Amino acid sequence: MEQNKCNCNCEGVYKEILEKYDKDKSNLIKILNDVQEKAGYIPMKAQEEISKYLDIPMAEIYGVITFYSRFTLKPKGKYHIAVCLGTACYVKGSQKILDRLKERLKIEEGETTADGKFSIEATRCVGACGLAPVFTINNEVHGKATVKMLDEMLDKIEAEA
Amino acid sequence: MKTLQEIEEIRKTKREELDLRKNQNSKTREKHILICHGTGCTSSKSPEILKRFREIIEEKKIENVRVIKTGCFGLCAKGPVVIIRPDDTFYAMVTPDDCEEIIEKHIMNGEVVERLLCKDIDGKKVQKLDELSFYKKQKRIALKNCGVIDPEEIDEYIAFDGYKALEKVLKEMTPDEVIKTISDSGLRGRGGAGFPTGKKWELTKAAVGDQKYVVCNADEGDPGAFMDRSILEGDPHSVVEAMAIAAYTIGANQGYIYVRAEYPIAVHRFQVAIDQAREYGILGKNIWGTGFDFDLDIRLGAGAFVCGEETALLESIEGKRGQPRVKPPFPAVAGLWGKPTLINNVETYANIAQIILNGSEWYSSIGTETSKGTKVFALGGNVNNIGLVEVPMGTTLREIVYDIGGGIPNGREFKAAQTGGPSGGCIPKEHLDTPIDYESLKQIGSMMGSGGLIVMDDTKCMVALAKFYLEFTVSESCGKCTPCRVGTKRMLEILTKICDGKGSKEDLDKLQKLATNIIKSSVCGLGQSAPNPVISTMKYFKDEYEEHVIQKECRAKECKAMSKIVINEEKCKGCGLCQRSCPVSAIEGEAREKRKINQDKCIKCGTCLASCPFKAIE
Repeated sequence: MEQNKCNCNCEGVYKEILEKYDKDKSNLIKILNDVQEKAGYIPMKAQEEISKYLDIPMAEIYGVITFYSRFTLKPKGKYHIAVCLGTACYVKGSQKILDRLKERLKIEEGETTADGKFSIEATRCVGACGLAPVFTINNEVHGKATVKMLDEMLDKIEAEA
Repeated sequence: MKTLQEIEEIRKTKREELDLRKNQNSKTREKHILICHGTGCTSSKSPEILKRFREIIEEKKIENVRVIKTGCFGLCAKGPVVIIRPDDTFYAMVTPDDCEEIIEKHIMNGEVVERLLCKDIDGKKVQKLDELSFYKKQKRIALKNCGVIDPEEIDEYIAFDGYKALEKVLKEMTPDEVIKTISDSGLRGRGGAGFPTGKKWELTKAAVGDQKYVVCNADEGDPGAFMDRSILEGDPHSVVEAMAIAAYTIGANQGYIYVRAEYPIAVHRFQVAIDQAREYGILGKNIWGTGFDFDLDIRLGAGAFVCGEETALLESIEGKRGQPRVKPPFPAVAGLWGKPTLINNVETYANIAQIILNGSEWYSSIGTETSKGTKVFALGGNVNNIGLVEVPMGTTLREIVYDIGGGIPNGREFKAAQTGGPSGGCIPKEHLDTPIDYESLKQIGSMMGSGGLIVMDDTKCMVALAKFYLEFTVSESCGKCTPCRVGTKRMLEILTKICDGKGSKEDLDKLQKLATNIIKSSVCGLGQSAPNPVISTMKYFKDEYEEHVIQKECRAKECKAMSKIVINEEKCKGCGLCQRSCPVSAIEGEAREKRKINQDKCIKCGTCLASCPFKAIE
């Protein structure tokens, strides 16, 4: 479980999140959403804290985390790139963009590059169907995308570092 | 807290103030600049446009003009959209740099900024919103306030008869009368299955229980569907009001709305709506002194398609893995925490207040024999006017695709339209004149679904499309029952084999058999409908499947294993544009020489196809 080890001083953050909610088991998903948003993933430490707070076994929490695609057990990359695979984007060729991304970064969907810089996600409809095909980099939407445009943006990001 | 009298007062004064939003002949001297803040336009930076307008107005100290953010206008393809009222001018693809010109010309001098007007299908520029052919055949009931009011202002909702239906229900109607009105209207569930809404309310009311719940299903998971999101973003109070009416009718005092966490704007606006309604005493204890208590809470989804299935959704609200329950018992009898629960979809709720106010006869006069009212569709894919449309039931597919959607771009041919997402099917050209209602769509092997309508041109391979949907269901199957968990996976394997050029004729029989068995034996709607995209494409595009397995050919050239990109030597002029565009340097050749593609390097991305000015790449 090495990858789940939390490196930051985040206990206070979890406490803050937990205190917003009653000790009601049905709040589990809301809490997980908050943690995911704040930390970029659900660290082991957070799972332990939630387990104690809501009195739910760790195994059950793990079961919920792995069921929902929004929750991840690994940190996302500094640049999280999500390619929309909603039908509208798919019809306009978003698969090609995802394929190119995977080929170039040499990682699969849901993975993060070894240097922690990039992670890829194939996401469902982000709702910008009028701009299809669409990908997002850290939640910023880039519409009417082409393979070339993606390549240029990656070149730019890589040159920055 | 506001009394009914105070709310009536707000309604009157606000209605006068906002008259110009709906009345082009309004006598006011004010002008309102409405800017779309749906997810589509927000992605193309409409908040910056709003900011810029306000800055300029501040700078120039202009009076009698207001800048308002609204929900979706519908024509997402032309976003960001700005509308000036009362004259109803429609500006398309506006940028922050255009704001100054709009203010100076239009607002200050009453001159239209020609260059920002929208081109209609025939290529002519059109000034007014209702002159655009996109809007002509539409009828807006569920979307009536979208693009008209500021969704974060309860007073604007109240101005256009908001919360009047709730008042009428609480003061004048018994629960049975409400049920009768809804039943007589003929409204059916807009989530896809089309169960009669009145019947559902009646069953939940009749169920015995000390505690009951109302739930709104806003877990809009179909890829390419954004109707419910647009309603929540554009008119959240209509759902709050309808849920309160439903709660009064069935005897509930607590409601939940289950929204995808991927919809941050919708979640935010709905929360604002709840807070405002509480502040006005429209949610809470003893509403308007009638003794009726009702409150609402938001629950977030977390990216699981199966949670759109009603019993899986209930599990998820309870904080568990969203796996469907075996039915019966239905949620009307044993739902949330085992209590009788009413679940309706966002769009269904969005119709309720209108039906109460205008009567069941008015509603049932719209639509077809068995499907009443209107339906909202998210029109997308290979069509010119991508966006949100609301049409009376019975409108034909042809009218939607050509008259409203403006036809297929790039001079290509219509091949098929897909409705119902991963649970629906493809509708081929020969059925373009089918009127859209629950029964007709079912008859031709598709379904109404929640309202995603994706148009495809002749560059789309139908086998690859079926594979795309199967990939979706395989990754979204919850794993509870074997036919769905294993069966869909086997189907996907066969489809992958076919797309890779390794399929055989027997594979087609196997697909058919598997599909039938999965439909018969799955626990929930997801599995029972997962094979539909395969069945319908096999029915209408059988020859394409056969070409894939016999001649090993993909006529749409989408299945890469069967296609090669080559440069036609006769047409190539040696300009080298393709070479520069290639992301993997697979195109070889010196300056002014005819180029060649190194097939080992080529990833078949198709970038070069678009780059060649001589159409020499095939």
